[in-house]
Amino acid sequence: MSAIFNHWLTQNALVIGSFALVFFLLRAGARNERWQRAWVRLKCDRTGLIALGIICVYLLVGALEMLRVPNGGGPTRSIIDVLTASIAPEKTYSAPLADELLASPLHEKTVGRHLLGTDVLGKDVFVETLKACRTALIIGGLTTAIYIPLGALLGILAGYFRRWVDDVIQYIYSTLASIPEILLLVAILLVLGKGLGTMALALGITGWVGLCRLIRGETMRQSERPYIAAARALGQTHWKIVIHHLLPNVMHLVLISAVLGFSNIVLAEAILSYLGVGAPVGTASWGAMIDSGRTELSRDPFVWWNISAATVALFGLVLALNLLGDALRRAFDPKRG
Amino acid sequence: MLSYLVRRLLYAVPILFGVILITFFLDNVMMTPNEKAGRVLGNKAVGKTREEWIRNRGLDLPMPTQFVRYVKKTVTLDFGTSWQTGREVRKIFLNGAGPSLLITVPGFFAAFTASLALALFQVFVRDSPLDRGLTIATVALMSIPTMVYVIFGQAVIALGLSYFPAYGFSYGGFGMVRFLLLPVAIFIMINLGYNTRLYRAIFLEEIQQDYVRTALAKGLSGTRILTVHVFKNGLIALITLVVAQLPKLVLGSLLIESLFGIPGLGNVLVQAIQNADQPVVMASVILGSVLYITGLILTDICYALADPRIRLS
Repeated sequence: MSAIFNHWLTQNALVIGSFALVFFLLRAGARNERWQRAWVRLKCDRTGLIALGIICVYLLVGALEMLRVPNGGGPTRSIIDVLTASIAPEKTYSAPLADELLASPLHEKTVGRHLLGTDVLGKDVFVETLKACRTALIIGGLTTAIYIPLGALLGILAGYFRRWVDDVIQYIYSTLASIPEILLLVAILLVLGKGLGTMALALGITGWVGLCRLIRGETMRQSERPYIAAARALGQTHWKIVIHHLLPNVMHLVLISAVLGFSNIVLAEAILSYLGVGAPVGTASWGAMIDSGRTELSRDPFVWWNISAATVALFGLVLALNLLGDALRRAFDPKRG
Repeated sequence: MLSYLVRRLLYAVPILFGVILITFFLDNVMMTPNEKAGRVLGNKAVGKTREEWIRNRGLDLPMPTQFVRYVKKTVTLDFGTSWQTGREVRKIFLNGAGPSLLITVPGFFAAFTASLALALFQVFVRDSPLDRGLTIATVALMSIPTMVYVIFGQAVIALGLSYFPAYGFSYGGFGMVRFLLLPVAIFIMINLGYNTRLYRAIFLEEIQQDYVRTALAKGLSGTRILTVHVFKNGLIALITLVVAQLPKLVLGSLLIESLFGIPGLGNVLVQAIQNADQPVVMASVILGSVLYITGLILTDICYALADPRIRLS
């Protein structure tokens, strides 16, 4: 079973499948008239469009690292591995474009020149930065896939049924929210073990509270509207009202939260790396690169390229996500701006 | 008001019970008693020493008994002593709160004032290129991880320019101020972007209100409406929001304290997690949730005080 799952074709199918799923979900959303109007407005928003373009570049780089090709019997390689196969590893640190290893008393020459230098293991920092894109996207994507349905559904249920359903859901999220978040994250990760999947699960368990609260409030507002009363008077079942009437009318808030939430997840990964429960060793991640900067910047001569490359890459993605989130909010709700 | 307070406090009881249950569960799944003993005593202590240590702390009792014991201790505010240092948990917290507050209180109020000023300025020049540029700048400030602020702050300002010490803390006097300046500055930077964006949104929301249109129709100038009407009403919404964050200042900033080696509560917590110091971790969780619930109650009271239409019942 796991042999089939770990086969490179299955992995590739999963990657393409999840990209297709997101695409079709957005397409389905776009049938809604409100979404169409928002799209028209977004197309005139220069900041939003630039942000969207930047995110697409990150998605592309991440996808290139996720898709795998066979390697003549050996372990499979990603497309980025294939594209950068000509870049030979060094023994240890070398500065950007230097032809000599760092602090080498024998003035040892490097095998080649590296655009952003190499890290302690001699890996090319530029390639590592590109590869780390996959880690950020996988953690962000999995976490979003866990907490968005959970938060949206529980929020709608609490806001629509009220009474004891609301009491129970409120109790659960008040309890979760009152535990210091970092502590809960670290504890869950220590229980479940390190890994991208468990990290997403931990972030998902702690992350749905805010969305649930937001959707609950909006559902309560929508439930007061005449169209819900009309649907009920026409004898529609609760299930139909929730799926056909309430869900489409709060979905834009879910989209905005998902985009803004994604940026928080990418930032959280850096903190988790520092606390020792980040991405597993051997997985390229911006968090781990930034964390290694703690010791590298106090070396002499100091190694600034590793942490800088990771910071710039992470900053670009988080900034683009935040700007897109804001642009989406403007597009869906032009009055508030 | 009084009946409201009593009810809110009663409502906090099941939440605290849930918090204790979750942390107790996680704590027991995380490590077996034997592993805990290994962490605290070191791997060399085996056999009798270890068994005795486990028995002394009641870790060999059945789970339900342990849980009841734990709830009893929490209710009587008896948090015991730290497994790692043997010091009283209450004392650890009293000592840690000081350094934490020394960073968060000045940092919080400076960030609040600066963000308020920036947000108001943005509202004055709203929809201009300047406003748009500032919005992007505030988002950019938010998009840099805390770690990066601290690491570059330490490397460039402390080590490179040697203006301030990069690490450590001293009690009292001018020395303490020198140790605090950089952490406080970073605390402000971290909060500035997020706050400004939020405050600006609150003021812009206020501008949409009907009373602004009425004031315009009455012939008041735009500046007067902004400085008198919008500012006052926005400030109410803002302060109720800010009040919820106040109790949590006691807990300090986890990353800043541990990266700068400041002996505040955030640092205490990081070390307790790393050393599997159960009494300290549990007490931190209880303290954290009590402070969180206090923040919520304070918010409700603030709403009622600011808006006479809201009655707490």
